[in-house]
Amino acid sequence: MNAPSTETGIAARRPSRFSPITQRRLAVFRDNRRARLSLWIFAALFVLSLAAELIANDRPIVMQYQGQWYAPVLVDYPDTEFGGFLPSPADYRDPFTRDEIDANGWMLWPPIPFSYQTLDRALDHPAPSPPTARHWLGTDDQGRDVLSRVIYGFRLSVIFALVLTAGSLVLGVLAGGIQGYFGGKVDLIGQRFTEIWSGLPMLFLLIILASLVEPNLWWLLGIMLLFSWLGLVDVVRAEFLRARNLEYVRAARAMGLPSHLIMWRHVLPNAMVATLTFIPFLFTGAITTLTALDFLGFGLPPGSPSLGELVAQGKNNLQAPWLGITAFVTLSVMLSLLVFIGEGLRDAFDPRHIQHAATPRT
Amino acid sequence: MPEPLLRLDDLTIAFDDVTVVDRLTLTVQRGETLALVGESGSGKSVSALGAMGLLPSNARIEGGRRLGDTDLATLSGRGWRGLRGSRVGFIFQEPMTSLNPLHPIGKQIGEALRLHRGLTGKAARRRTRELLEQVKLPRAEELLDAWPHQISGGQRQRVMIAMAIANEPELLIADEPTTALDVTVQQEILALLAELRDHHGMGMLFITHDLNLVRRHADRVCVMHHGHMQETGAVDEVFARPQSPHTRLLLDAEPRGRPVPIGSRTPLLEARGVGVSFQRPKRLFSRRPPPFEAVKPLDLSVAPGETLGIVGESGSGKTTLALALLRLGQGRGEIDFDGARLDRLSGNDLRRQRRSLQVVFQDPYGSLSPRLPVFDIVSEGLRFHHPELSLAEVERRVRDTLREVGLPEACASRYPHEFSGGQRQRIAVARAIILEPRLVVLDEPTSALDRSVQKQLVELLRDLQARRRLSYLFISHDLAVVRAMAHRILVLKDGEVMEQGDCRQVLEQPSSDYTRALVAAAGLAAVD
Repeated sequence: MNAPSTETGIAARRPSRFSPITQRRLAVFRDNRRARLSLWIFAALFVLSLAAELIANDRPIVMQYQGQWYAPVLVDYPDTEFGGFLPSPADYRDPFTRDEIDANGWMLWPPIPFSYQTLDRALDHPAPSPPTARHWLGTDDQGRDVLSRVIYGFRLSVIFALVLTAGSLVLGVLAGGIQGYFGGKVDLIGQRFTEIWSGLPMLFLLIILASLVEPNLWWLLGIMLLFSWLGLVDVVRAEFLRARNLEYVRAARAMGLPSHLIMWRHVLPNAMVATLTFIPFLFTGAITTLTALDFLGFGLPPGSPSLGELVAQGKNNLQAPWLGITAFVTLSVMLSLLVFIGEGLRDAFDPRHIQHAATPRT
Repeated sequence: MPEPLLRLDDLTIAFDDVTVVDRLTLTVQRGETLALVGESGSGKSVSALGAMGLLPSNARIEGGRRLGDTDLATLSGRGWRGLRGSRVGFIFQEPMTSLNPLHPIGKQIGEALRLHRGLTGKAARRRTRELLEQVKLPRAEELLDAWPHQISGGQRQRVMIAMAIANEPELLIADEPTTALDVTVQQEILALLAELRDHHGMGMLFITHDLNLVRRHADRVCVMHHGHMQETGAVDEVFARPQSPHTRLLLDAEPRGRPVPIGSRTPLLEARGVGVSFQRPKRLFSRRPPPFEAVKPLDLSVAPGETLGIVGESGSGKTTLALALLRLGQGRGEIDFDGARLDRLSGNDLRRQRRSLQVVFQDPYGSLSPRLPVFDIVSEGLRFHHPELSLAEVERRVRDTLREVGLPEACASRYPHEFSGGQRQRIAVARAIILEPRLVVLDEPTSALDRSVQKQLVELLRDLQARRRLSYLFISHDLAVVRAMAHRILVLKDGEVMEQGDCRQVLEQPSSDYTRALVAAAGLAAVD
C-alpha cells in the first residue's frame, strides 16, 4: 500500500464541526434579532446570578485583619478570630465586629450587603419597608432585602428548571425512542403505561408529600421529574416511528448495525429537531410550576429564596406594592425572554424558513 | 401556416439573477402535440409555468408570449384567473397530491365548472359525469361521490385530466403526466390524451424526460438543456437525424449492452417457499379476515456473479420480497445464503452474515443520512464490523471504494446534499460494497435518475460485478434497464410469479399475457 504522507486523515479534513443543516439553523437563529438579544440578556442574567454570593451577601468578599487575608465568602471564620467571645461564625454586620476589623484592617463588601436570609434589624420603617437607598427594592414582611432574594430566587428557579429539563429530556427521549423504534407490542404497552401514568395527579402527590416529609429542592425535583417527561414521549416517539422506515435507517440495519447504534447515530439526530423546539416550553413550564407551588406553600422549605413566596407576600401585603410589582416584573421578564428564545429556536428548526433562504429550484 | 395557438418568443426566465430559461422560442398549433424534452433541471417545467404566470414573484420573465390573440405578458390577475382552467388546462405529475383528499371527486371537478361557467347543482353533476365518462372511468356515477384515496393512481390521473378538460380548453399543458404511473397505465393515459386532443381540437404541450414516450405520442419535439433550446422539429426528423450533440446524447442514453456472462451455477442464494403475508386487523364482532398475501410463496436462486431481475409494477410485491430476503421485513420460507440458513439466524450471527448481503435503495435523497459526511456514511459498516482496523486503514479503504465507484476522493468530507442524484446513488453503492459483500440487492436503483445518468450507473454496476464477481438481485419496473443488467428475470404481479427464466428469452418470447403487455408497453428499442 502506498498512502502518501500528504493525505493525512480524510476525517480530519472536515470543513466544520457542524453539519450544513445545523449551520443554516444557526444562521436563521442569528438573524432573529429578538431571539438573539433575549438569549444574550438571559445568559448574562444567569451568569450574574450564578455569582449571587459576590453580589448580595451579608459577609465581605475579602478582608484584611491584622495583616492577614480572609475570604469570608468562602470560609466560615469563628467570631473569636476577630476579637469576639463566641465560637460561632462571625457576624460581620455586628457593630462590634465591624469596628474591630475596620480598626485593624479593611473589608470589601458586596454591592448589596444582605444575603437572602439576612434580617435587617436596623429598619426605620416596620417591615415590609419601602425601597430606600439601603434596600433598593425594599424589604419583605420579615425585613429581608427583596433585591437579594430576587437574585437568589432567579438563580434557584433557573437551576431547578435546567435540571428538571435535562432530566425530562433524558427520560422522555429514552422512553419515546424505545417505543417508537421498536413499535409493536413495546409501543402498545409503553403507550398504555404513559397514559395511565399521566393520569396520576401530580399536584395532589406533592401536597400529600408536603405533609409527610419536609419537602426540599431534591424532593420537588424528583416528584416533578416523575411526570414532566411525559410530554416529550409523544413527540419523540412519533419521530422515531417515522424515521425507522427511512431508507438510510434500513440501510444501516442491512449493514448489520445493532439497534442502539442506529438509534443513536441515525434516528436521534432527526428526532432532536422536534425535541429541541420543545425544550424552552418545558423550561418555562418548570419555572411556573415551581413558582405556583411556592405560592401555595407546598414548595421549597420556608426561608428559601423563592419567587413564588415573593408573590405570596405581595398578595398578603397589598399595602407594600413593591413586593408584588417586583415579583411580577421579575417573572414576566424571565418568562418573556425564555418565550422569545423558544420562538427563535422553533423558527430556526422550521424547514420552511430554511427553504425560504435557499435558492428556488428550477 | 395558420396562426399558432401558443407562441413564445425569446422567453427568458430568471430567479434572482440566475437565468434558468434562456430565449426559448416555440409555437404550439391547434390539434398537435409539442413535446418539451429535457433532463431534470433543464428548465422545461419552469418554461411552461412561466408562460402561464404561475411562478413565484421573485421570478423575472421577459419575452413575448401569446395565447391565440391574447398577449399573456400584459395580463392582470383577474385576466389570468379567467384564462387558467378555462382556456388552458393543466395536468401535473403527482396524481397522489394534486387532488384534495378532503373533497369528493365530483365536487373537485364541479368547482372548475362553477367558477368558469356558473354551472351548479344538477347541470354541474351531469356535466361532471360526462367528463368522467370521456376520460373512460368506469362507474362514473359512483365515482362522483368517491374520495381520492379510494381510487388508484391511474384513475386519479384520469380525474385530473377530466378537471383539465372540463371547460374545453384550447391548450392543455401536461407536465410529466405519466411519470408516477406504471408503464401499462402510462400507455392508456397517453392514448386517452391523444384522443381527447383530436376530439376537442386542443393544442397540447407535453413536458417529459422520456424520449420513448415522445417518439410514440408527440408530433413535434423541442429539446432543452440547461435552459437553452437545443433543437426543435418534427419527431421523426429529430429522432432520425439529431442535430445537436445533446440530443444525440439523450437518444443514446438508453442502457445498452448485456450482462457479463457467468461461470458456475451453484446457487449463492436459494430461497424456497418464501412468502410474505400481512395480518389484517380484526373488526369487533366479526371474524378475522384472511391475511393479505403480499408475496405468495415462491422459489428463486441466484448464482455467484449472476443478476436476477425482479420485474413488476407498483404493488406487485417486489420490494416486500426483497426486504423478506434481506431479513429486514417479515416473511416465511427457507433462505439459504452462502452456506447458512439465513431465516434461522438471529442476533449477532445474523448481523455478521449481513456483511455479505447488502442493499442499495431507490431514493437517492432518502437513503443517505443528511447529517453525516460521506466518509462517515461509507465507513460506518466497516468500522462496526472491523473494529480492529486503524483509522488510516479505514480511510484508505474508503478512498479506494470511492474511486472504484467513480467519485473523487475529496468528496469524503462533504455532505450528501452537495451531490446530484446520480452521485448519491454512487455513494450508496460505495457504502454497500465496502464490506465486500457477495450479494447486493438493488431496489430500483436507477428509477429516480435521468436516462443518461442511469446508463452510467448501469455500466458501473456491471463493471463492479465483473470485477468482484458480485451477485445482484435487481428490482426494477424498467425493462430497458433490466435487459441491460439481468441474466435471468422473474416477473411478479400481485405477489405472484408470472414468469421466470432467461432474460432474453422472456423478453423476446414472453409466455404469459401479462409479460407480453409489459414488453409491449415498454416499447424497447431493438438491441444488437
